[in-house]
Amino acid sequence: MLAANVLKEAERVMTICNACRYCEGYCAVFPAMERRLTFSKEDLIYLANLCHDCRACYYACQYAQPHEFDLNVPKSLGELRIETYREFAWPPLFSGLLRRNPLSVGLITALCFMMILLLLIASRGAKALFSAYAGARAFYAVIPYISLVLPITALGFGVLAVLTKQMVSFWRGMGSNISAMTRLQVNLYAVWDVLRLRYLDGGGYGCNYPDDRFSFIRRWLHHLVFYGFMLCIISTGLAGAYHHFLHRYAPYPLWSWPVILGTAGGTILLIGTAGLLYLKMRMDPEPAVLHMLSLDMGFLLLLFLTSLTGMVLLVFRESSAMGSLLAIHIALVVALFATLPYGKFVHAIYRYAALVRNAIERSHVP
Amino acid sequence: MSIGSILMKPKRFRLIDKAARRHSTVDLSGTIDVLVVGGGNAALCAAIAARRAGATVMLLECAPKALRGGNSRHTRNIRYLHTSGDAHLTGPYLENEFWNDLLQVTGGHTNEKLARLTIRKSASLGEWMKQQGGRFQPPLRGTLHLSRTNAHFLGGGKALMNAYYTTADKLGIKIIYDCEVSDLGFCDGLFSHVIIEEPGGYRKLTAASAVVASGGFQADLSWLKQFWGDSAENFIIRGTPYDKGRVLRKLLDHGAKRVGDPRQCHAVAVDARAPKSDGGIVTRLDCIPFGIVVNSDGQRFYDEGEDFWPKRYAIWGRLVAQQPNQTAYSIFDSKSKGEFMPSVFAAIESDSLRGLAAKLDLSASALEATVANYNKSLRPGKFDPSILDDCATTGLVPPKSHWALPLDTPPFCAYPLRPGITFTYLGVTVNERAQVIMQDDRPVPNMFAAGEIMAGNILGRGYMAGFGMTIGTVFGRIAGKEAARCARG
Repeated sequence: MLAANVLKEAERVMTICNACRYCEGYCAVFPAMERRLTFSKEDLIYLANLCHDCRACYYACQYAQPHEFDLNVPKSLGELRIETYREFAWPPLFSGLLRRNPLSVGLITALCFMMILLLLIASRGAKALFSAYAGARAFYAVIPYISLVLPITALGFGVLAVLTKQMVSFWRGMGSNISAMTRLQVNLYAVWDVLRLRYLDGGGYGCNYPDDRFSFIRRWLHHLVFYGFMLCIISTGLAGAYHHFLHRYAPYPLWSWPVILGTAGGTILLIGTAGLLYLKMRMDPEPAVLHMLSLDMGFLLLLFLTSLTGMVLLVFRESSAMGSLLAIHIALVVALFATLPYGKFVHAIYRYAALVRNAIERSHVP
Repeated sequence: MSIGSILMKPKRFRLIDKAARRHSTVDLSGTIDVLVVGGGNAALCAAIAARRAGATVMLLECAPKALRGGNSRHTRNIRYLHTSGDAHLTGPYLENEFWNDLLQVTGGHTNEKLARLTIRKSASLGEWMKQQGGRFQPPLRGTLHLSRTNAHFLGGGKALMNAYYTTADKLGIKIIYDCEVSDLGFCDGLFSHVIIEEPGGYRKLTAASAVVASGGFQADLSWLKQFWGDSAENFIIRGTPYDKGRVLRKLLDHGAKRVGDPRQCHAVAVDARAPKSDGGIVTRLDCIPFGIVVNSDGQRFYDEGEDFWPKRYAIWGRLVAQQPNQTAYSIFDSKSKGEFMPSVFAAIESDSLRGLAAKLDLSASALEATVANYNKSLRPGKFDPSILDDCATTGLVPPKSHWALPLDTPPFCAYPLRPGITFTYLGVTVNERAQVIMQDDRPVPNMFAAGEIMAGNILGRGYMAGFGMTIGTVFGRIAGKEAARCARG
């Protein structure tokens, strides 16, 4: 159940905004709002997830505090967004992970590390952690290939299934039917909106982030995180292909595509996540949602540490620390993927679904 | 303690604190070339123009920082001359059309020389505004409303004010908030100083020249009472509560020549549940042409369908102000729901007129009789809100000339109305250099006025969307430039 007071506040805010409409140039939320006269729960779920939290509307708001209306659009939509993250978490039992996110992410990471450690010691003995290896298959000298790849692949497919399930329930939660979601044209629109982070441009001048000044810094950093993450995924996929089709085994030489793409992706991701973490520490807390900040921190820290350990592993992969580093890195990767559906990552699928919905609505408007 | 709450104490907080401390013990020493009194659009344009002309500038805003910007923070767009359409405007708007529009709304209550100066100097004002950090609504994005005559501010007037304040700060203009000017000092026909109120008393602040841009007096109910009696108590101030006209009053007391009818104000009908001040745009109601309007006796008092709403909405503030308790009720039925812009407050609804009357504290029999009378007088027609249609009453006093549909489909809905005052017309006379003119028709050489405090020279009556911003920007720039030249010799 979405918290009634959060829904009610979002409805109050949107009703006032819809009588004003001064912010319609900033993003997609306000034109979508203007297509409505009243706001159902479904409408509010949609609008909350369409909001990119650029905050331009907060600083422009003639009704922000100390005005008695006390409007804070980014905050009220952010609070509702968190509610939707919980509402559509599957299995529902796990929605609690969103409540104390940094703590649960930390615990899961520690748990993953213990498991990897146990697995490793059970199969290769404790000394595998502290011995130097070289040449192809060196990683598998530390962790056997089967015990590494099989569980991770299974986890990957499991996470994918859960995310799909969540996206479908979210789509239904917005009151849309499934067939509309699969139309190619609207998906292309939405993909294009995502790839350029269209609505983090505050109507052409950037977000009011981290403070009331207009800036493109957050958009650029988010781009780094997004494309860095993509490069790492491609690098991993490529490595899988090398292994199975070319029969070339990890670790790969420095001038191989998996390492080049992975290094580039990891570096970009490091800069992006570090930058975003820094911005979040400096941001104006007024339009921010405290709980959302903790989700952001949990996810960004995990991403940051994953890329950092990946890079360190690359540098020290021929030293005796390789075993330990590999164990840590893999533990982080596993924790990252295991917590994708229960942390800030879910904004990606819900935002995408909201953008598809927006593309559908826009296509009805001349 | 969660990670979040630890991280919620960023450095920025401390910076704000430091800034706040700096403002509270603000340094008012040093010589000032140009002193700007006011903190809205005209004041900022004047301050920026003066600073860019090389003067040292101090700006005194009586509101706190969070509520800075005067009535400009509630504005949405600006009207300016342009020879062709561009990204923000759909077509050209030339001097003749502009002048004719002004002539029409003012009924000739305008100083042609100053009006034409305003129109000509407004040419391509958008470019100048952009150079000062102003941003306009991006072109044709979804359902955005672009117009031919007016350019819309991205995010509205407060966003524009924020941008101007940022620019002013960057240029080194000293900005002082919570600083109300209580008097002005003159010496040998020249402006010499202002008196500002401080917690511990008064302080004198001298400057080589001054720009007064402190708005009208529409937020001072006691002043309004002089003309409206106790009924002014029931007026709602649509904009800033800080426009109390204190500086305007002092200027007139010191012998400035007045302009504009002191009894006149621009008032519209707003939702009676609106905040006492600062309600801005969201409290306006567009429902009146779709139903009937009754006063607290349950009686109609004016033709609700006289003309298109944009041409009529500005008379309804006065109409409601003339009713008992300055209250009226717009009543329509479920057929009209969704026909007009949504309002910030929900309509009061009931399944019967009797029930609605009870909720509105009206006499049920009076309301029923008024509605029955109205329904009986309707002649058949084809309802069309986009034209002056033929749905009208016959033999009813007052008539409803258009869009008259029977009130017969429950639920019946009502919006309570009150007069909402936007601005006053009384001001000080200026010349084309924006110098304040005294009663002997001589200008004060080093005192200038801009914005609402002198808008009555140009807009002596009526209202034209976005034109207050035009006057404020054009005269703000003139006043700033002239004040800088005057101060620097």
